[in-house]
Amino acid sequence: MRKRNGFLTAGLILTGLLAALILLGFFWTPWDPNAMAAGPKFEGPSLAHWMGTDNFGRDIFSRVLKGAGATASIALATLAIGVVCGCLVGALTGYFGGPVDEILMRLNDALTAFPSILLALVVISILEPGKKINVILALGLVFIPSFARVSRTAFASLRDVNHIKSARLMGAPAARILAVHMLPNTLPVLLPALTIGFNNAVLAEASMSFLGIGVTPPDASLGYMLSEAQGMLFAAPWYAAGTGLVIVLMVFSVGLIGEGLRRRDRGVL
Amino acid sequence: MKGGSWNFTLCSPRLSEGCLLMKYALKRAAAGLATMLIVSFLTYAAFDLISDAATAMLGTSATPERIAALRAELGLDRPLLLRYGGWLLGFFTGDLGVSQSYRQPVWDLIAPKAGLTLCLSLLSFILITAVSIPLGLLTAGRRRFEGARTALNQLGMAVPPFFTGILLSWVFGVGLKWFTPGQFPEAGTDPAGAAVYLLFAAVALSIPRIAMTARMLRGTVREELERDYVRTAISRGNDRSQVLRRHVLKNALPPVVTFLAQTMAELVAGSIVVEQVFVIPGLGRMLVTSIAGRDYPVVQAIVVILAFWVVLAGTAADVTNARIDPRLRLGGAA
Amino acid sequence: MLEIQDLRVKFLSREREAVAGVSLSIGAGEIVGLVGESGSGKTVTAMSVAGLLPRKQCEYSGQILLDGVELLHADRAELRKIQGREIGVVFQEPQSALDPLMKIGPQVEEVLRVHTNMGREERRRLALEAMAAVELPEAELVYEKYPHQLSGGMLQRAMIAAAVIARPKLLLLDEPTTALDVTIQAQILELLKKLNRESGVSMLFISHDLNVVRKLCGRVAVMQRGELVEEGASDEVFHSPRHPYTRRLIAAIPTRKRKEAGS
Repeated sequence: MRKRNGFLTAGLILTGLLAALILLGFFWTPWDPNAMAAGPKFEGPSLAHWMGTDNFGRDIFSRVLKGAGATASIALATLAIGVVCGCLVGALTGYFGGPVDEILMRLNDALTAFPSILLALVVISILEPGKKINVILALGLVFIPSFARVSRTAFASLRDVNHIKSARLMGAPAARILAVHMLPNTLPVLLPALTIGFNNAVLAEASMSFLGIGVTPPDASLGYMLSEAQGMLFAAPWYAAGTGLVIVLMVFSVGLIGEGLRRRDRGVL
Repeated sequence: MKGGSWNFTLCSPRLSEGCLLMKYALKRAAAGLATMLIVSFLTYAAFDLISDAATAMLGTSATPERIAALRAELGLDRPLLLRYGGWLLGFFTGDLGVSQSYRQPVWDLIAPKAGLTLCLSLLSFILITAVSIPLGLLTAGRRRFEGARTALNQLGMAVPPFFTGILLSWVFGVGLKWFTPGQFPEAGTDPAGAAVYLLFAAVALSIPRIAMTARMLRGTVREELERDYVRTAISRGNDRSQVLRRHVLKNALPPVVTFLAQTMAELVAGSIVVEQVFVIPGLGRMLVTSIAGRDYPVVQAIVVILAFWVVLAGTAADVTNARIDPRLRLGGAA
Repeated sequence: MLEIQDLRVKFLSREREAVAGVSLSIGAGEIVGLVGESGSGKTVTAMSVAGLLPRKQCEYSGQILLDGVELLHADRAELRKIQGREIGVVFQEPQSALDPLMKIGPQVEEVLRVHTNMGREERRRLALEAMAAVELPEAELVYEKYPHQLSGGMLQRAMIAAAVIARPKLLLLDEPTTALDVTIQAQILELLKKLNRESGVSMLFISHDLNVVRKLCGRVAVMQRGELVEEGASDEVFHSPRHPYTRRLIAAIPTRKRKEAGS
């Protein structure tokens, strides 16, 4: 008797739809997102303008599509840095152990105790606020410790599993053992961590851009647009609603995937 | 278990649990202080590395001689450790240097704002604890509507505070006119208005954390409900709520306490954003403007204050857990 | 006093009935042993009596009467009045059966806290009395200890003190000595005999060890695969077992022990 995993299915469908829309947004949007006077100023949602227009008469839906693309791509790039570097550190320390492991993990503990936003703010203030690449670097750097910790635990617990031991005794090089024998087995732990990481990245990027020290125009992301929308709350509440809802939807649907993965792992459906 | 011997050693293992707890708390506080020292030094060194106060004050066009002279005047030519010592001393005596962009003592700039941010964080913290603990306990035993509840929980975690903040100011500010968005009432002249204003900000800040904490508590309570002592408690005639209140809650709490301490830290960070949304003149807004304006003495001071806050919360959590679970008292500072 | 009539319990997740028609009675002041391997249904029988069956996860039928009061189908509120006050339970592993974060004293007196409105001092006095009755040394000190600070034997004594503090009619003992080492085991058995002698409490003693049961119980019942296969005075069952399963159980006892017990 195999019950369907509703969370996973729903999450995958929602995320798929969103991803398709965002991908589409890279190539085509209903209106030119930066064209002034694509419609009348401050017009409410209509068939022509699904999310209405802003103070310059720009089509909000088109802008949100572009913004979501920016947010998602920054989050993915951030995630990539965090995962690759984090896993590398985690795999090496988890597999070899020793004093280096001890020191790195102490440092890690100290770092993860701090709110990621705060760390990212410090890093970006040292780099230079406002640049896309710096935002990615700052956030990516901040996400390394948490992935290092997750993967270290996974790798360390696999070290003494029998088939890994036998591979080691057969004289397989450490790099091969790590990549071929261990990495696939860490996926059950890593995948849910990835969904959480993605969501944190989206929220962190949106917060930073909202504060005006993340991405700034012309690369406007959802966070920046939301701060813009806050200024027009009286005249065009739909701007804030539309932008915010897209962020919520993004995080929610990926969160569902994570929940589904965890439940599948535990066998609770 | 003979009485007499404990007069000689202050804290023999046989001595009361209270003494053990005290000892643990002291050890933990010492470790916390050490962490604070390290963190503040790292922060100081990082900012010291990138910022050059002399260049910043004179502009890049100044001659090297003038810069060198000013560096000497500001004491920037002394070794790093010495300057850090001086700065730390200043931190506790209220002398944090001068803000580069405001031309005002940093301490005077920060002090009133720190109080406001502290209020906001504490208010949110109370809100989170008061809502999530009953919520987590109530939903732990019941499996009805599990799917809908989990989905709702995920939704709660997905709503970023700045969006909730905007929604709240639209509904209650623009719509119902309970407060004026963007105008924080003067706490001195209108304390009630200020409290209401802060409360909305706190709600926005709390929602995702309430969802997370409730979810976590539900998980640990469910785990605890499987344990043998629960069966014992039932066999003694306790009803469901007594079992939860007297036995399970206490056992399920330690991981949640640790999580709440982390929450305390996240709240301070989150208030950076929420202060921006609600235009509350707190530390967070100050931090953002200082970062944008590259006003390093201010950034440095705020970051260290926040870091101290984080360490303090962590230490408090550990001591609280040792109060709850006597087995932790034996471990000492880890 | 206790009357179990045709008790049947089947867990929804299992095919086989865990208890398949068990009838057993215990008189006032009697100690009855219930023997069988793990999975034979002896613990499920005891849990049914104690009102600890997970009712939503199983089907059950039959009757359990404690002095004429039906327990198996009683509603929770009724059952709670009996739990602790009229039936005390001692579990197998005291380390996990006691709440690790509650001091021993409050756990010993918990039944009083639930069922009576005695004041704190009164409860404490009775708890200390009960702890002295189970021969816990320095009860005043132990009262303030947490479970992790005591040995398994002391914990089990505390468990017994907690179970008898309200002077119940029936004491259910679910393998109370299995987790303890042999010398402590013997002490606990002596203690149980003494309690039975002095207060006249009836006991249902569950064990997989026929030898232990023989030392304590006047009457013994043997369970296999959910059914009661043999019942009788323990000497009789021990010397002339009728059922092949009982013979096998006796054969499983090491010979030296058997002689020791038989002499």
